[in-house]
Amino acid sequence: MSGSNIIFYLLAAITLLSAVLAVTTRMIFRAAIYLLFTLIGIAGIYFWLQYEFIAAVQIVVYVGGIVVLIIFSIFLTQQAGDLLPKPKFGRQLFSTLAAFCGLALVMLQLVQHTFTPTNNKAIEPTVANIGNQMLGVEEGGYSLPFEVVSILLLAALIGCIVIALKSKPSEIINNEQINNEQGTRNFE
Amino acid sequence: MIEPGLYHLLFLSTALFFIGVFGFFTRRNLVTMLMSIELILNSVNLNFIAFNKYLWYDKMDGLFFTIFIIAIAAAEAAVAIAIIINLYRSHKSIDVENAEELKY
Repeated sequence: MSGSNIIFYLLAAITLLSAVLAVTTRMIFRAAIYLLFTLIGIAGIYFWLQYEFIAAVQIVVYVGGIVVLIIFSIFLTQQAGDLLPKPKFGRQLFSTLAAFCGLALVMLQLVQHTFTPTNNKAIEPTVANIGNQMLGVEEGGYSLPFEVVSILLLAALIGCIVIALKSKPSEIINNEQINNEQGTRNFE
Repeated sequence: MIEPGLYHLLFLSTALFFIGVFGFFTRRNLVTMLMSIELILNSVNLNFIAFNKYLWYDKMDGLFFTIFIIAIAAAEAAVAIAIIINLYRSHKSIDVENAEELKY
């Protein structure tokens, strides 16, 4: 029983416990905070696996970005102190049963299966190696998916602006035209 | 206790995935459903990293899949929250039962 094992089991316990609380608590703000702890626990597991770059990305994007976005949207859409309605008993029973059956099925498959690791030499997942392969154009390089994801992010950015715009663009243009006409009339 | 290895990580990610599925089935609020989706995506990431670490340590493909999944999850969350806020403006509620008239 080494310190490394203790840290792994501690991180796994934190992750699972706060994940369960995040999907069962009836206070929506607390659910967001429990989600935060789940994501931090997963980042800790990445650190434990010595994938420091992924852990840093996890903390920056998930903990710093998505959870903050979710908390803001809770502030914008929810009355403070409201409890979420209790789910119907039938639905709760069905969901528990479905999740448990799926878990049992996958676990059963897992314990029966033996994985065989490759015998090749290991590559260290350092930032230099990651960067070289991610922007490489030769065999095994990831520059095309990288560009596709950057286009996707741009599309998502524009889509968000269009969806969350306060009024329809045509109305804004009409209003502007009316304002301009009034402005020129006043000027005359 | 046993030394944690590939199976422990796979157990952890499976449990996380089905916790997310449970939340997705029981919750009726769009923001909490989004949180469940984030849990599911995180369990997938953990799976990729575990396989990359213990089985195919001579490549970094699992790591790249994780990076791309994180980027796509961020885009998806941003678009979903824009839709949720727009829905709240028109319906004053973000319950999925009220969102069904979006199809008309």
